[in-house]
Amino acid sequence: MALALKERILMNIEKPARYIGNEINMVKKNPGDVDVRIAMCFPDVYEIGMSYLGIQIIYDMFNRREDTYCERVYSPWPDLDKVMREEDIPLFSLETQSPIRDFDMLGITIQYEMCYTNILQVIDLSKIPMLAKDRTKGDPLVIGGGPCTVNPEPIADFFDMFYIGEAETSYDELIELIKVYKASDMTREEFLRKASHISGIYVPSLYDVVYNDDMTIKSVLPIYDDVPAKVKRQVVTDFKEVTYPMKPVVPYLQATQDRVCLEVMRGCIRGCRFCQAGMIYRPTRQKDVEMLKRYARQMLDGTGYEEISLSSLSSSDYMYLDELLNYLISLKETDHVNVSLPSLRIDAFSLDVMSKVQDIKKSSLTFAAEAGSQRLRDVINKGITEEDIVSGSRQAFIGGWDKVKLYFMMGLPTEQDEDLLGIAQLAEKISEEYFDAVPKEKRNGRVMINASSSYFVPKPFTPFQWAPMISPEEYTRRAYFVKDAFMAQKNKKSLRFTYHDAGISILEGVLARGDRRLCKSIYDIYKKGAIFDAWTEFFNIDRYMDTFKENNIDMDFYTARTRRDDEVFPWDHIDAGVSKDFLLREWKKANEGVVTPNCRMNCQGCGSAVYGGGVCFEAKN
Amino acid sequence: MKLRIKYEKTGVLRFIGHLDVMRYFQKAIRRAKLDVAYSKGFSPHQIISFAAPMPLGMTSSGEYFDGEFVSVTTAQDMIKKLNDTMADGIKVLDITMLPDNAKNSMSVVSASDYFIYTNEECENDYMERLISKIDTLKQLEHVEVLKKTKSKEEMSDIKPYIYEIKEMHYTITENMQSENKRGIYMLLASGSRMNIKPESVIGALAKLADVEYDAYDYRIHRVETYMGERNCLEPLSRAGEPF
Repeated sequence: MALALKERILMNIEKPARYIGNEINMVKKNPGDVDVRIAMCFPDVYEIGMSYLGIQIIYDMFNRREDTYCERVYSPWPDLDKVMREEDIPLFSLETQSPIRDFDMLGITIQYEMCYTNILQVIDLSKIPMLAKDRTKGDPLVIGGGPCTVNPEPIADFFDMFYIGEAETSYDELIELIKVYKASDMTREEFLRKASHISGIYVPSLYDVVYNDDMTIKSVLPIYDDVPAKVKRQVVTDFKEVTYPMKPVVPYLQATQDRVCLEVMRGCIRGCRFCQAGMIYRPTRQKDVEMLKRYARQMLDGTGYEEISLSSLSSSDYMYLDELLNYLISLKETDHVNVSLPSLRIDAFSLDVMSKVQDIKKSSLTFAAEAGSQRLRDVINKGITEEDIVSGSRQAFIGGWDKVKLYFMMGLPTEQDEDLLGIAQLAEKISEEYFDAVPKEKRNGRVMINASSSYFVPKPFTPFQWAPMISPEEYTRRAYFVKDAFMAQKNKKSLRFTYHDAGISILEGVLARGDRRLCKSIYDIYKKGAIFDAWTEFFNIDRYMDTFKENNIDMDFYTARTRRDDEVFPWDHIDAGVSKDFLLREWKKANEGVVTPNCRMNCQGCGSAVYGGGVCFEAKN
Repeated sequence: MKLRIKYEKTGVLRFIGHLDVMRYFQKAIRRAKLDVAYSKGFSPHQIISFAAPMPLGMTSSGEYFDGEFVSVTTAQDMIKKLNDTMADGIKVLDITMLPDNAKNSMSVVSASDYFIYTNEECENDYMERLISKIDTLKQLEHVEVLKKTKSKEEMSDIKPYIYEIKEMHYTITENMQSENKRGIYMLLASGSRMNIKPESVIGALAKLADVEYDAYDYRIHRVETYMGERNCLEPLSRAGEPF
C-alpha cells in the first residue's frame, strides 16, 4: 500500500507515525469488496483521538459487517495542515490512505465545543463542500455523533445528519439505507428524508427555526409531516447484546491513554446539577462483572498492553467494583498488569486498593469538591461533605499519602464570596488534619494540598441550562479573591491554588448553548485560520470576538442571561431522555439549596425510565 | 536466560521512531505470551535492551535487541509466536541464546552495512553518476565531511571508517513485493566508538559527481549490524548459540 504522503513531507513533519496507519489490530479489507465505506473521525490530533474509546467501539462494530469497511482519520497537526494546503493534498484515511472524498460517509465524533473549527478543517481538507446544502450525491454523507450533539445547532449547517445517542442501536439501519441510496437513483434529499425516520437520526435541514423579536427562539419545527418533531437519544439497554472491541487498535505512538480501557458502566446515579454527562447518559447501566473479567483478559491478550483502566462516570457506584478490582489486582502478580485507578470515593476499601497499585509517595488523593461551602455543594447537588473530604484525607495521611488534589469550579449559580473563601478554608483544614494525624517523626517532606478551579460553563440538558455564566472579568476577580484567601492561611506554604484561563471557557459557554445563527461565525473564524482551538498555543480569543462582532452576535445573549422558565431552547427538539420538567424542578430546587437523592435511593422521575433498562429497574430485577 | 533477537523493519514502518519500536516489542512479547523477565520495584518493566537505534526513514534487515527470559522453549517456537503477532513490516528473523557473561548488544556494535538505492519518488537519475564516482572515492586519501555535534560543527575525515564501498544489486521486499534494485553497498563503522552515517558517504559521492545532494532522493537499508574488530566482523547474532 502506497502512503498518501511523500517521503519528503513525512520526514519534515512532527511524528509521521500519526499518518501512516498499519498499527496492530488495524482492520484490513479491500474497499472494492464492500458496499459501504465509512471514515470515522476524531477531530483532534492522532494521539488524542486514538485514546478515545468511542471510536474503537464504532470501528469494531462497523467492521464486523462484511459489507462495510470503516477506516479512521484524525486532524492533521498544523505543520501538516499547512503542507496539505500548499500542495493541494486531499485528506486521507489511515487504513487505505485513500481520499476521504471517496467514502460514502464521514462520521465525526464531537466531544467538546472547541473542536468545532477542527471539524471544518477536516471537511475542508477532504474537499467536501463545507455546507451541507451544497453537497450532491457524489459527496460523502457527513454525520456527527457524541455528547455535543445534544445541542448540535451551532454546527448544524455543516452536517447532513447527527446521530443522537449511543451508536450501538441504529447504525445498522442507516447502513442498509445507504446501500439502497447508492444502488438506486434516490436523491440526496430523498435519502436524508428517509434517514430522518430512523430513531436517533437528526437531519437539521429538515427543521425550520423561527425567532422572537427578543432574539430568543419561537419554535423549531420539522418542515414535513413525516419528519419527527423530536429526535430521541439512543440508549443501549442490554450490554450483553452489543459488541465491545476485544482487539482495539494499538498505536505505535504513545497515546494519551496508553492502556486497555474497560468500560464498566454508562450513566451516573448522582445527578450533580452542573454535569451534562450525568444527565445525558441516563439511565445508569452496569455491565456484568463476569463479562468484564473476560473482556479484561481478552483485551490484554489482544493488545499486549500492560496497563488497564476502568471507564465510567463514577466507578465507586459500580456495584461489583470490589470484585472487579480484586480480580485486576490479581493480574499484577500473574501477568505484570498495572491497574490505573479511576477516581474513587475515599474509604478504607479504596485506600487499600490504592496502596496495592500505586506508589503512595508519588500518588495523590483527589477530591472533586466542586464548591467551597456546604451551602453551594447543596445547590449543585454534589453529594460530598466536608466531613467526607477531611476524614478521607486523614485516613490517607495515616496510610502514608501526603498529597491531596482538590477540584473546584468558580461561577456556580448563587455563588458568593463566602463560598469562595470556603475553598481556601477547606484546603487549610485538610493540611491541619495532616499535622494532627501524622506525628512529627513520621512526616517526610511537606504535605501538599493542590486546589485548582475551572470556570463554570452551563450546559444544555442540565438543571443549569437556565443559569447565567459569570463574566470573564468577574471570574478573574473571584480567582484573585481566592488566591488572596490562600495567602492568608496559616499553612499557606503547603497549599497551592491554580485556576483555568477564562478565554476558552467563555467561548465554550457561547457555543454550548448556541443556536444556528452561530454557524456563519464559526465558518468565518475557521476561514481566518483557526484550528486546534482546544490547544491554548493555537487558540486566539480575538479571532472569535472580532468575528462575533462582525456578525452581530452578542456573546452575552448566550452566556450572561438567566433564561425564562418557559424559554424555547435551540435544543428542545432533541429528546435526551431527561425531561425539561424534571430539569426545571431541579433548577428550582438548586435555587432553594435543596438536595436531590441519587437514582438508587429514590427515583425522581427524570424521564429516562422510558428506555426500559438500567438503574430504573435495578430494584425490580 | 539472555536471548538476542534479530528482526527486520521494512516498508512504511520506517516512519516509526526508535522509542516507539521499543514500546511495540514490549507489547508484542506480551501478546506472544513469552516468559520475559521483569525488573523489581513498584512499576516493573521488561528487561530488554536494544542495539543500535535506528534513524527515522531507514529500513533494516539486521536489527537486534537482547532480552532476559525466565523460561524459553525453542528458538523456532518463539520466533513463530512473535511473528504470529507482528505488524506488516516487522519480522523476527532469528533468536539465539547468549552466554551469561555476554555484553549487551548496544555496547558491542562496531559496524553496519547499508544498501543505498533511489527512492521511488525521486525524479532524477543521479544514482548512476554516484556509482561512477565510487572508485574515485576509494582512491581518495581523505574524505572530509562536516560533522555536527550538539555544541560544535567541524570537518572530520571519515575515509578510515569506510570499510567497504561498491556497486551492488540487492533485493528489496516491500508491501509484499520484491524488486531487485541497483545501488550502492557500503560497510561503515558504527556504534558508540565511531559512527559514520551513510548519508555522509552519499553526500561525499554527490560532491564528487557534482550533483546536488537531497537526502529524500535516496532510501537507506541497513543490511546487518556487526560486532568485533574491522578484520573479523561478525553479525551480532554470532555471540549466541542456537537453541
